[in-house]
Amino acid sequence: MKVDWSTFWPRIIEATGETITMVILTLIFASFIGVIIGLLLFVTRKGNVLENKTISICLNVLINIIRPIPFIIFLVAISPLTRIIMGTTIGTFAAVFPMTIAASFAIARVVENNLVSIDPGIIEASKAMGASPFQIIFGVLIPEALGPLILGLTFITVGLIDFSAMAGTVGGGGLGDLSMTYGYQRFDTSVMVVTVVILILLVQISQFLGNLLSRAFLRR
Amino acid sequence: MIKLENVSKTFEYKGKKVAAVKDVSLQINKGDIFGIIGFSGAGKSTLVRLVNLLEKPTSGEITVSDHRLNSISSKQLRHLRRKIGMIFQSFNLFNSRTVFGNVAYPLKLENRPKEEINRRVTELLRFVGLEDKADKYPEQLSGGQKQRVGIARALATSPDILLCDEATSALDPETTGEILNLLKRVNEEYNITILLITHEMNVIRSICNRVAVMENGRVIEEGEVYKVFSDPQENTTKNFISTVLNDRLSTQLIEKLKKKHPSKFYRIIFSGEATSKPILSEITSKHHIKFNIIYGSINELQNQLFGNLIVEFIGDEQVVGEVLSELKIVLDVKEVELA
Repeated sequence: MKVDWSTFWPRIIEATGETITMVILTLIFASFIGVIIGLLLFVTRKGNVLENKTISICLNVLINIIRPIPFIIFLVAISPLTRIIMGTTIGTFAAVFPMTIAASFAIARVVENNLVSIDPGIIEASKAMGASPFQIIFGVLIPEALGPLILGLTFITVGLIDFSAMAGTVGGGGLGDLSMTYGYQRFDTSVMVVTVVILILLVQISQFLGNLLSRAFLRR
Repeated sequence: MIKLENVSKTFEYKGKKVAAVKDVSLQINKGDIFGIIGFSGAGKSTLVRLVNLLEKPTSGEITVSDHRLNSISSKQLRHLRRKIGMIFQSFNLFNSRTVFGNVAYPLKLENRPKEEINRRVTELLRFVGLEDKADKYPEQLSGGQKQRVGIARALATSPDILLCDEATSALDPETTGEILNLLKRVNEEYNITILLITHEMNVIRSICNRVAVMENGRVIEEGEVYKVFSDPQENTTKNFISTVLNDRLSTQLIEKLKKKHPSKFYRIIFSGEATSKPILSEITSKHHIKFNIIYGSINELQNQLFGNLIVEFIGDEQVVGEVLSELKIVLDVKEVELA
């Protein structure tokens, strides 16, 4: 049975809203956690402002355990924890939890990579000026890395749209859910096409905004 | 002002120990522009970083403005560092901050009031000649302008000492001259002691009053610039000096000249008082012999003239001997040997 497009549009709009909600909430939480972990990864590196071998090794091992797990498997594997923390495993908000965990570690690596690419001379100059490790982290490292960092976060956002579609298939709602239920399971190509077009538009819009924002901060 | 006593620094790299600075003792006095010259790898970069403890010494004692660095807490160190400005070969400006923001940063670290920061930054930008560039970002500046920002930033907290790590090595000769003039003004107008490292003898000759020559982690020669230039002891020092004074002929050229001129060549060094008197012509005419200047140069060093001539004397050998011994009383005379 094909969908009746005269009544189906509100369903599409609702699903788009769910996808955007999942992506934005995840982005907010995961950026917060990811930036902290990424900073820790960087500053505890050998020779850095808060060098700490134990923290550095622990974080790296943790990230390297979580990161290689395919998201769809991670989503299912972590569901008992999702139930404990979110109270349920079904729905848009429940999906935000596993997405946040997975995205945090990805963001942590993006943050670390961008910090590593800062000229060490700039950090040395800050030390020579008498800046404390915290003044260096918040006054130098973050502002210096912000431009490329925003591009990195944009890259992650596009990945999150992908994640959200997967989360949709296990009860998260959103465009992925719609596309799977109507487009795949009910062979309604028109739903598939519409959702794919909307997903492409979302990706384009986020990339555009990301580029715009990063250009405002990128100073080279 | 800055005192290093038997300071050594050894790095451990992949289990191997590399001694960058070996048993260096130096004293830099207030008001000095002290230059350390050496080839790359001589240890001078490490040495300058020991002064503000960007590198910790392996052994030895460092005293800066009456603070013994061996027993300093990290908080005291941060305060001391605000009294030691530093500029770098690659400028190390904050790309995310404007020129104004760069110069203001050290003041913000001290939580100075906004009006004071504005006043101080404006004053410094005027001093370095960049008042019209306050809102520009470093990427929009030339190398020389970037180093001016670096200098203004280093001066923000009114330091007593300025460390210069190859500050002009990335600049063209003209810009180098401008930056050196600026450093000279920093020294004279703000009475800031400058410790600079370089591999260019020209930098030492232009602004330093004292110099130390480093080789393989050691200071091999040290003293007043005029004295070191006019009477260098070590081969490395002589090599550095010849890069700016043209005081030496190639051996091929000497060979060639010797074929044309049968008599011996003598190197005569004029320094201090001797440069203002016609000593050479007085003594030779007294003994009725002639002299011929083969090669030479007269340079200005620390507002004094410094001459370096290679001369042949034409006349009876015995008379030439008398002339030489008379010259040796007031001048430095050496027979030019073929190496």
